[in-house]
Amino acid sequence: MLEIKDLHVSVGEREILKGLTLSVKAGEVAAIMGPNGTGKSTLSYVISGREGYEATQGEVRLNGENILDLDPAERAAKGIFLAFQYPVEIPGVATMTFLKAAMNAQRRARGEEELATPDFMKRVKDASAQLGVSQEMLRRPLNAGFSGGEKKRMEILQMALLQPRLAILDETDSGLDIDALRVVADGVNALRAPERAFVVITHYQRLLEYIRPDTVHVMAQGRIMRSGGPELALELEERGYQDYIAQEAA
Amino acid sequence: MVKLASEAEAAFSSFYEEMKTKGATGLRSAAWDAFSSKGLPNRRVESWHYTDIKAAMSKPAPLAIGRAGVETARTHDSIRLVVLDGIFRPDLSNLSALPEGVKVQSVRDALAQGTPGVMALIASADVQTDDALLSLNAALMQDGVILRVGGGVTVEQPIELASITSSDEAQSSFTRSLVIMGKDARATVIETAGALSAASIQDNQALIVRLAQGASLNLFSHATGQSEALVRVMSLVAHLDERATLSAYSLIEGAGLLRRQIFARLDGERARVAFNGATLARGRSHADTTLIVDHAKPNGESRERFRNILDDTSVGVFQGKIIVRPGAQKTDGVMQSKTVLISDSATMNNKPELEIFADDVQCGHGATCGRLDKDQLFYLTARGIPRKEAESLLIEGFAIEAFDGLENEALRNFVSERVTKWMSGRTA
Ligand SMILES: Nc1ncnc2c1ncn2[C@@H]1O[C@H](COP(=O)(O)OP(=O)(O)OP(=O)(O)O)[C@@H](O)[C@H]1O
Ligand SMILES: [Mg+2]
Repeated sequence: MLEIKDLHVSVGEREILKGLTLSVKAGEVAAIMGPNGTGKSTLSYVISGREGYEATQGEVRLNGENILDLDPAERAAKGIFLAFQYPVEIPGVATMTFLKAAMNAQRRARGEEELATPDFMKRVKDASAQLGVSQEMLRRPLNAGFSGGEKKRMEILQMALLQPRLAILDETDSGLDIDALRVVADGVNALRAPERAFVVITHYQRLLEYIRPDTVHVMAQGRIMRSGGPELALELEERGYQDYIAQEAA
Repeated sequence: MVKLASEAEAAFSSFYEEMKTKGATGLRSAAWDAFSSKGLPNRRVESWHYTDIKAAMSKPAPLAIGRAGVETARTHDSIRLVVLDGIFRPDLSNLSALPEGVKVQSVRDALAQGTPGVMALIASADVQTDDALLSLNAALMQDGVILRVGGGVTVEQPIELASITSSDEAQSSFTRSLVIMGKDARATVIETAGALSAASIQDNQALIVRLAQGASLNLFSHATGQSEALVRVMSLVAHLDERATLSAYSLIEGAGLLRRQIFARLDGERARVAFNGATLARGRSHADTTLIVDHAKPNGESRERFRNILDDTSVGVFQGKIIVRPGAQKTDGVMQSKTVLISDSATMNNKPELEIFADDVQCGHGATCGRLDKDQLFYLTARGIPRKEAESLLIEGFAIEAFDGLENEALRNFVSERVTKWMSGRTA
C-alpha cells in the first residue's frame, strides 16, 4: 500500500530525512519508534503533503501512485489520514461544520454523493459515543480549549468518520490517560481491515500492547535503521536507542 | 474670513447657501464656520492621515434630490424607516407598525420648526469633536429620521434606519438621524447604509445616539456599496448617561472609500459601550474605522473588537482612541483590532491609542495583522478540504469572532450569509 524509497527531505536548509525506505502492506499495522528529533513527524508531514516539507530525492507511492505532487486535500481524498501529534486549535470554525466539510469534500473528490444532514448527524453521534467524545465537545469550535487528551480523541473521531485507507498516528498515545488509551486503541482496532493500513508512531511499548503491530521499525537520524516484529519494541524498551545512534556515528 | 479656494469647498459653499434657507440657520452657520475655517482635512490632519478625504471629495456632485418609485429590497425582519437619496420617505417606511411609546419625526420638519431643545439634540455638541466632515454634515444636512423611544419602553422588533442611495447620476447627500432613548428604554436599531447604483456618490451620513439613564440600545450597522466611485463617511455620535448601555456591531463591506467614525462619550457613571465589527474589503476599496471613546465618569466600561479582512489591493485603517478623563476612576477599557491580509498587495494601518488622565483604571489595546495561519490551513486541507474552501472557513470564522456577543440570531445568520457570499465572490 505505502512504498517509500530513498526519501530525502529538507526543511529549510536542513536535511531531516536522509534516504528513508519503508514499505507497509494493506492490512498491516506498522509501528515506528525512534528518538526525539529523528524525523518521525517530518515523515508524517511529507506523506500528508505539508507545505515546506518537500522531498528532494526519492519517492512515496500509495497503491503504486506517486503522491508527492498532490496537494494535501487530494491526498486525503485518496485515503491518507494523519492523526496529528499536536492537533491545531481553530477557534473560528465549529467542529460540526468542519466535520461535515471534510467528509463531504472527500466524497465529492471521489465522485460520491454528499451526505444528507441526518445521515451525517447519525454517523457523528455513533462514532462519538464509541470514542467517548461528548456532545459538549462537538458543540465547541474545533479543538478550541480542548485538553491534550480530548484533542487526541477528536483526531480518532475524525479517523473513524473519514475511514481512511492509510492512517498515520503520530504519538496519539501521548497525553492520554490509561482509560482513554484503551478507548482510542479500541477505536483503531475496530477500523483494522484487510484493505486498510496503519503507521503508528509512538515512544511507548504500552500502546503496542493494545494495538498489536505486525511490524516494528526503528527510525534514527532520518532513516529506518532496523525492521522486525513486535519483539523489536520490547527490545527497544530495554536497551533504548544507543545501538542505533552509535551505528550512525561509526 | 478664510477663503475657500478648492472646487470642493466652492461646491459645499453653494450647498450651504441652499440649505441655509431650510431652517436651523443658527446650527448650520456654527457648523459651517467650524468646517470652513479648516476645510476638508488633508493627510496632515492626524485623524485623517490614512484616508485622503480631500482627494476623494475633490469634485462633489450636485446635491441629491429625492426620487419616486424606487424599490428597495427588504433584508431584515424589521420596522423599516427609509431615507432615500438624502430624503426621509414616509411612503417607503412602515410608520404604522411602530409600537406605542415610539415616535418618529423627519429631521427636515424638525429643522424647519427649529425648536431649541430639538436643535440641541441634533447638534449634540456635548460630544466634543472637531471633525470637519461631521461639521460639514451638520451644516448641510438635508433630512433624516428622529426616532424616540420613550422612558421605560421596550421595543422587541428591530427598527431599521435604512439610508440608501439610488441615483444613477452622480450626487452628494448629507443626512443626519437621531435615536433618542428615554430612561431605561430598550431597543434594537439596524442601521443600513446601502447603494443601489454604481454612480459616483458622495454620501455623508451621521447617526446621533442619546441614551438616558439605564437605557440600552443594540445597534447593528451594515454598509455595502456597488462601486469604486462611492465615497461614504458614516459618523456615529453617541452620548450615554448613567448606566446606559450601547452594544454596537457593524459589518462593513468595503466599496470605494468608506470611513466609519465613532465618537462616544460615556457621560454618566457605569455607562457601558461595546463597538465590534468586521470589515471586508477587496479590489481597490479603502475602509477606515476610526473611533474615540471618551470616558468622562467613573466605573465606565468600553470594549472594542474589530476584524479586518483585506484582499487584492484594498487598504484598511483602524484608529482607536480611548480617553479617560480625570476622575473617571475604575474605567475598564479593552480595544482590539485583528487583520488578515489575504493578498500580498493589501495594506492595513493600525493606530490604537490611550489617553489616560486618571490613575485607577484598567485599559489595554492590541492590534495584529498577518496572513492566514499556515498550521490551521494544513490541518483543514489534510482532512480533504480543498485549499480555497479551507481559506473561506478560516476567514469566515475570523470575521464571525467580532460578533461573538451578538444575541439577535437573525442578525448573526445575516452576518454569516453575507460573509459567505463575500468569500464566494473572491477572484484569485
Ligand atoms: N519547520 C521546521 N523548521 C526547522 N526545523 C524543523 C522543522 N520541522 C522539524 N524540524 C527539525 O527536524 C527534526 C525532526 O523533527 P520531527 O518533529 O520530525 O522529529 P520527531 O522524530 O517527530 O520527534 P519527537 O519524537 O520529539 O516528536 C528536529 O530536529 C526538528 O527540530
Ligand atoms: Mg514527532
